[in-house]
Amino acid sequence: MTKRIFYYQLASIALAIVFITAIILVVGASPPSVITAMWSGAFGTVGQFARVIATLAPLLLCASGLLFTFTAGLYNLGIEGQIAFGAIVSTLAIRLTQDSLPPALVIVLAILMGGVGGTLWGLLAGVLNVYGRINEIFSGLGLNFVADGLALYLIFGPWKREGVASMSGTEQFPESLWLPTFGNTDASPIALLIAIAAVAITLIILRGTYFGLRLRAVGQNLRASYVLGIPSIRQLLSAFAICGGFAGIAGALQVLAVFHRLIPNISSGLGYLALLVAMLVGLNAWFILPVAFFFSALNIGSLQLPLDLDLESSLAGVIQGTLVLFVLLARGVSESLRKPSTTPLHKGY
Amino acid sequence: MKVELKDISKRFGNVHANDRVSLTVEAGTIHGLLGENGAGKSTLVKVLSGFISRDSGAVLLDGKSVEIKTPADAIARKIGMLHQDPLDFPPLSVLDNFIVGKTGTGLIDRQRSLRQLQQLSTHFNFNLNHYETVANLTVGERQQLEILRLLSLGVSTLILDEPTTGISASQKTALFKAMKQLASEGKSIIFVSHKLEDVEELCDRVTVLRHGKVRGRAEIPCPDAVLIDLMFGRELAPPLKPQTRQSEPALQLEKIRVDTDRLTLRLGDLTAYKGEVIGLAGLEGSGQQQLLLMCAGLLRASTGQIRVNGVEMTHESYSKYLDRGIGYLPADRLKDGLVSGLSIQDHVALRTPSRSLFVDWKETLKQTVQAIATFNIRGKPNTLVERLSGGNQQRTQLALLPVPLNLLLMEHPTRGLDIESVLWVWQQLIARCQTGTTILFMSSDLDEIMRYSDRVIVFSGGQASHPIAVSDLTADRLGQMIGGRLSDTLEPSVIS
Repeated sequence: MTKRIFYYQLASIALAIVFITAIILVVGASPPSVITAMWSGAFGTVGQFARVIATLAPLLLCASGLLFTFTAGLYNLGIEGQIAFGAIVSTLAIRLTQDSLPPALVIVLAILMGGVGGTLWGLLAGVLNVYGRINEIFSGLGLNFVADGLALYLIFGPWKREGVASMSGTEQFPESLWLPTFGNTDASPIALLIAIAAVAITLIILRGTYFGLRLRAVGQNLRASYVLGIPSIRQLLSAFAICGGFAGIAGALQVLAVFHRLIPNISSGLGYLALLVAMLVGLNAWFILPVAFFFSALNIGSLQLPLDLDLESSLAGVIQGTLVLFVLLARGVSESLRKPSTTPLHKGY
Repeated sequence: MKVELKDISKRFGNVHANDRVSLTVEAGTIHGLLGENGAGKSTLVKVLSGFISRDSGAVLLDGKSVEIKTPADAIARKIGMLHQDPLDFPPLSVLDNFIVGKTGTGLIDRQRSLRQLQQLSTHFNFNLNHYETVANLTVGERQQLEILRLLSLGVSTLILDEPTTGISASQKTALFKAMKQLASEGKSIIFVSHKLEDVEELCDRVTVLRHGKVRGRAEIPCPDAVLIDLMFGRELAPPLKPQTRQSEPALQLEKIRVDTDRLTLRLGDLTAYKGEVIGLAGLEGSGQQQLLLMCAGLLRASTGQIRVNGVEMTHESYSKYLDRGIGYLPADRLKDGLVSGLSIQDHVALRTPSRSLFVDWKETLKQTVQAIATFNIRGKPNTLVERLSGGNQQRTQLALLPVPLNLLLMEHPTRGLDIESVLWVWQQLIARCQTGTTILFMSSDLDEIMRYSDRVIVFSGGQASHPIAVSDLTADRLGQMIGGRLSDTLEPSVIS
């Protein structure tokens, strides 16, 4: 059966490629030239490759977190807000301590506080979901707006730059508070290490621990897992908290390693991209590395499209979305083709 | 309209739910359809109302053969069915519910519908607030609304499936009055029930089903004994269970009342002893399940106290119940008992109490292999539970029960199992009883209840009989009680 799903997946990816090719032809470009441009956009120079890595780190963090919520059967669309709130709390920590503590300590503190902020924001969505009976999709989306609004308020209000408040964000932090990078590039080894550690932790927890097993049980059948004696509410809230924590750390990294200040929309849509990655990966945590790498390469590579071919860089989003849709479609089709093996014989004959 | 069902047959898997069942209902009469659990009453009326398609046979309306494939077809043929659980839209208002399902194009004429609803309500003396949200209505009021809605669609044949469960006495009086009025206006009415009293009060004649076949027809009035004989008509199975009951009480209930939206279960005082098996008989939905869920710690009693082995459990959490060795086996194994997508081994790991963070898969595998051998499960440790047969799912559930087990609560422990598995399951259960486990189980199989219980409680509409030793039970007495004639109940006497 798993084999059949695998063939369906292969077929769906083939179909997705056909569909993407068709779109490229419709917009009047040649597929080989698009591939060449994107390839050189992602891997042409050391600087470009470094940007792929810089995008990869937060993407891995968020996708790892989302595996927890997906395993628990939750659609944590609030991940964007969790990134943003992590970034806000992280910025707060830097502002409060940068004059009194040594830079290395400030950085560590900022990353930790980012995680704390994200955890709180994730838990808030979870509490609204579990106790307030608000579907996590709505509570998450609502909190995204709140976090974005809060960031805007801070940037234009209390934390505004000397003289002019602007969309470009708060005052840049001194260079001593930037995460060190590989040479002169955008990629930070520390950010990458943290992200890979998150993937490893995710793999270990989901595969090897009682917590991971219970999370799977809760995600598959809430009622039965409760009857089996699993504390389902605690499991659900933990999934929200862990996902929020990882996303918050990603937010802190956006502040420390990428923008060096708080800007509006600090997540740059990476949370939503991570949702696509997590959906594509399904529950196979192993695939997270290649898929996330491929997606961030697409994102960075597509920036070359307007320069070389006069095409919109949003083509990357089209490719990513198409892939995810077709793969989900394959799962759905294979599911519905599988004959329902049980006849409803429970009641009323 | 004269309704004729001829030689209707319907199978579900290997169950013959209807086996060449024929039924004729003359216009202007109320026809009762009697039978115990699983006799095939619901299947038959669902065929007529388009919810189930028949395998063979014919439906004739006023002598003309018709095809009814969907509920909409049935409505178009002026056949309406009032379901046991009202099929309405709880978040909508009474008026909106009344309007839903009316045919029409474009805009809704609310004023006209309101006038129609008022007119019908007055006609039958139903007192409904038209702007109330349906979720706030009682079951009886929802029934009244549904009847009015069906009538406004021009229905001339009305089917009522167990309509008197969960409604108040005054609502029942109003319902019966309305039914008689409708019959006198020439409508034909099919009244599905297991309650002798209701059938005798309301119906002109009855058809009795048993095991999917027509066992007889009778004109009302008709002596109870005749109807009971038609419904159950057989010797009760002889008790098979060895004596395992000890003298210490295990489960003590005091003045329990459980309220759910469908039913209020009233129990007085009940004591079950160590090693005892109590069978819960009665039509499904009469309160047995509420009792089991409450004893399992999954449903709160509104009033009363529950003690297990002398320990007060009334306000304890479900996990405390598990810790006390209280096990619950739900009827719907894949919905309430096991987690699809997880293997047998995963389940064993979930049930293993462990302080460590990491699952010791090697140790778990060993335990799983052992459990599979002990419980004779046909599956491998990594087999997903949804791929197991019903019998093997039940064996898996049994393997997952806590040890030691003080109290075991089961819904239909052997439903859907082959004979061999049934015998094996009960052998295991009796072995547990010999070590002091107390069992309460509900079953729609009277033979199972007779064979394996020490005492039997019969449920009817949220009331429960006193526990009766199986040796004191006769088919007639059991039939009377299942038919709703509980001579003395567990309900605490009203304090004056």
